[in-house]
Amino acid sequence: MDWFNLETLWFALIAVLFIGYFVLEGFDFGVGVLTKVLASDNTDRRVMINTIGPVWDGNEVWLITAGGAMFAAFPLWYATVFSSFYLPLFFILIGLIVRGVAFEFRGKRTEDRWRWWWDQAIFWGSLLPAVLWGVAFANFVQGVPVEENGLFVGTVLDLLSPYALLGGVASLIMFTLHGAVYLALKTEDGGEIQQRAQKLAQWLSPVVLVGVIAFLGWTYLNALGLGDTGVVPGIIPVAAMGAALAVPILIRERLHGWAFVATTTMIALVVLTLFLNLYPRLLVSSIDPAFDITIANARASDLTLTIMSWSALVFLPIVLVYQSWSYWVFRHRISRESVEAPSETPLQVVDRRLAQRQAARKDARGDRDGGPAPVA
Amino acid sequence: MEALEFARLQFGSTTIYHFFFVPISIGLAPLVAIFHTQYVRTGQERYRRLAKFWGKIFLILFAMGIVTGIVQEFQFGMNWSSYSWFVGDIFGAPLALEGLLAFFLESTFLGLWIFGWDRLSPKLHLATIWLVVLGTHLSAYFILAANSWMQHPVGFVIDPETGQARLDSFVEVLTNPYLVGQFTHTIFAAWTTGAFVVLGVSALYLLKGRDVEVFAPAARTAVAIAVITSIGVAFVGHDQAQRLAEVQPMKIAAAEALWETEAGAPLSLFAIGDVENRENIVDLGLPRGLSLLATNTLDAEVEGINDIQARYEEEFGPGNYIPPVGVTYWAFRIMVGAGMVMIVLALFGLLSSLRGRIADTDRRWNRWWLRVLPYAVALPFIANTAGWVLTEMGRQPWVVYGVLRTEDGISQSVSRWEVIFPLSGFTLVYGVLMVVTIGLIKRQIDKGAVEETGEDVDDEHRTFSPLGGGY
Ligand code: HDD
Ligand code: HEM
Ligand code: HEM
Repeated sequence: MDWFNLETLWFALIAVLFIGYFVLEGFDFGVGVLTKVLASDNTDRRVMINTIGPVWDGNEVWLITAGGAMFAAFPLWYATVFSSFYLPLFFILIGLIVRGVAFEFRGKRTEDRWRWWWDQAIFWGSLLPAVLWGVAFANFVQGVPVEENGLFVGTVLDLLSPYALLGGVASLIMFTLHGAVYLALKTEDGGEIQQRAQKLAQWLSPVVLVGVIAFLGWTYLNALGLGDTGVVPGIIPVAAMGAALAVPILIRERLHGWAFVATTTMIALVVLTLFLNLYPRLLVSSIDPAFDITIANARASDLTLTIMSWSALVFLPIVLVYQSWSYWVFRHRISRESVEAPSETPLQVVDRRLAQRQAARKDARGDRDGGPAPVA
Repeated sequence: MEALEFARLQFGSTTIYHFFFVPISIGLAPLVAIFHTQYVRTGQERYRRLAKFWGKIFLILFAMGIVTGIVQEFQFGMNWSSYSWFVGDIFGAPLALEGLLAFFLESTFLGLWIFGWDRLSPKLHLATIWLVVLGTHLSAYFILAANSWMQHPVGFVIDPETGQARLDSFVEVLTNPYLVGQFTHTIFAAWTTGAFVVLGVSALYLLKGRDVEVFAPAARTAVAIAVITSIGVAFVGHDQAQRLAEVQPMKIAAAEALWETEAGAPLSLFAIGDVENRENIVDLGLPRGLSLLATNTLDAEVEGINDIQARYEEEFGPGNYIPPVGVTYWAFRIMVGAGMVMIVLALFGLLSSLRGRIADTDRRWNRWWLRVLPYAVALPFIANTAGWVLTEMGRQPWVVYGVLRTEDGISQSVSRWEVIFPLSGFTLVYGVLMVVTIGLIKRQIDKGAVEETGEDVDDEHRTFSPLGGGY
């Protein structure tokens, strides 16, 4: 295992964090984009937003942690990436800002205008990052004009090459498909939203397949042009395409859970392909391979990497456990009725449960009279 | 202005903006959790209404804290890439741990709390809000560990090959003596903020005699917390000032506008300085006060700005090592002044609470107290902002004290326009959001702690989540 060292471990862990981020926030970007496409009225939109309500912030933390890990494990990479991708990152941040508050603020008032504004925020705030992340990752692989010590000498236009734009389109359609499948899984069985989501997924998946093939194919050609193909075992990109191929079939069979596994696999494998293609580089310099940022020249000290490794090995599994539990708690499907007119308000449910428990306790004690009456 | 100035302006203003919401998240979360606990323990409806009412306000502000925090996470790399490259080995780890240990906890369990009312057992559901409380405090600890290291770098060496700072002892970074003061001071400040927000809003209701049975207990709880924390923040601040006299003498001298070294130095109360000639024109002071503040003795010598400047020139080479004296001087006074007013208000509340008169609007003094409280909500925010301005501006010209200058920390590749454009963008978006947020909070306050029944559910309550409401 002489290839194994701390920087490789951290390269892998950061890949895991980004895969987690794109898989998780991927579907909530997709749902955000689809609020404009699939919803026919306000109730539909609320159903859709509610499917991601409890989880979107937790999903976003995968990005925050990935950013922190880049900073800690490869300071030069962090410093170079975020200063050279200044403007795209600015738009991503604005997107994430307006979208995050929109979820919280949208339902606070009922005027149509108010909702309209936040609906725009959710749509554009999901669409913009969904495109720009693809652009950014394509640039990592293709290379940007950086000189020695990660000094960026290009302009924004250098970041918008055709290949990078293809990356942006690919990520947008992958996330949208992922979101549609998620909606089919999370909304009422047989309901209208589910049917529309299925239909969309049916015709979108061939498009996504073409997009994935084009993007990964171009990535491969780029790598050949540079005289290296990274360390990508061919099976990985091929499996990504296979997963995309499976989606319409699984949807037709109404195997929504499996369809979601398929889109998840597709996104994970595409991101993995990019990372493996990069390895052992972190950011390719389009000026001279000598200026590439690599895991060797960007890495932090042994001490920092060791401390971080132990922290990640202990805490990442704990995070996975409680995040999975939270998905389990909210595993139910959401229907129009559930957001429309409850027979019993949630507080009444809570009340009823508390009353039941107190009654049970009293019964156990055999003390049947009085008890504390609720104070009004 | 150069890119450097714009970058500083952008970093400073977005951070101050983030820190508008942070102390409420840290300080209000425990109060919501306390109300919720009281509800689960007593089953009394009024506590549920309290938890719900404050929960809604908390969520609006928390959302703002989250979205402004994300900007912070990436700004180090965007504007300060030379700095990031230099300090990453030390600075990145607390940031990553903050995500791993704190933000995952906060965000996941907040989601469970908002949407979990009818999905979790009451006790388990209660536990989720306490985990959010834990998360906010952990996050404060890690980010302040990073900031304390910039103020007082410990546990590192400079790599002779690359010139970067390299971690030597992580334990030292996490147990930085500076951090002890900074963390406790900031947390006490945050709790004070939470308590004064609750007090100010409760006073509005008590004055109107509206929902008194709900807001009187809230005010009593908040008074109890405010007394402890507002006095606590002053003690810890005093302690931190003493530590500063040792580790950043320049900051404390600037905060006092003390130009010449003096034994038995006075505590300046009001000064008009002449920064060009490095002296004060007018200076009213409390005799021996500064010596007392800085060292706990009456006649100790306190080093003045001019001497420290000379000493630093010898140590670090020629240059100006004096931070903006006017700003630090007044920031310090504003913070301490606001703190004193808050202590008085909290103690008055304690007296009237002990006598059972907290909601009494017939007594003249109590009525005035209640009338002042809604305005007093501004005080903790003013003090928090002034405190950070003092801390950060007082550190200038260093970004890492004694190690890296601010001007050397900026991104090399970022041009002036590349900073101006995002700066205007953030300002615009942040400005709009501030107006919207204040509007929503006001609306929530007008609406009051209403109980929702089957009939009067308005649109926002119709999801299965009463607290998160609006999704
Ligand atoms: C003393 C406390 C404190 C300080 C000095 C800062 N923050 Fe903060 N931050 C918090 C305390 C906090 C918090 C209480 O944990 C927040 C506020 C509201 C919230 O959602 O969490 C938060 C949110 C928050 C988030 C969003 C977390 C999420 O999505 O749940 C990020 C990424 C950051 N912060 C990052 C930063 C950075 C990089 C800072 C340095 C300039 C910074 N914060 C200063
Ligand atoms: C949340 C509370 C904080 C506030 C209100 C705050 C405020 C400020 C202000 C006003 C400046 C500009 C100073 C100047 O240019 O003269 C500044 C600079 C800076 N601060 Fe903070 N800060 C806070 C927390 C932090 C934390 C926690 C860190 C690090 C973890 C940090 C790192 C920096 C850096 C890197 C700069 C840029 C260099 C500089 O201009 O000095 N700040 N901050
Ligand atoms: C009443 C007496 C007070 C004293 C003697 C005092 C002292 C100090 C000192 C010396 C600093 C600078 C520490 C540094 O540079 O690291 C500071 C910072 C700060 N103060 Fe105060 N303070 C007082 C009250 C308050 C109050 C009432 C609040 C808010 C409610 C507050 C909030 C802050 C904050 C947020 C900071 C920046 C964080 C930090 O560096 O700890 N302070 N204070």
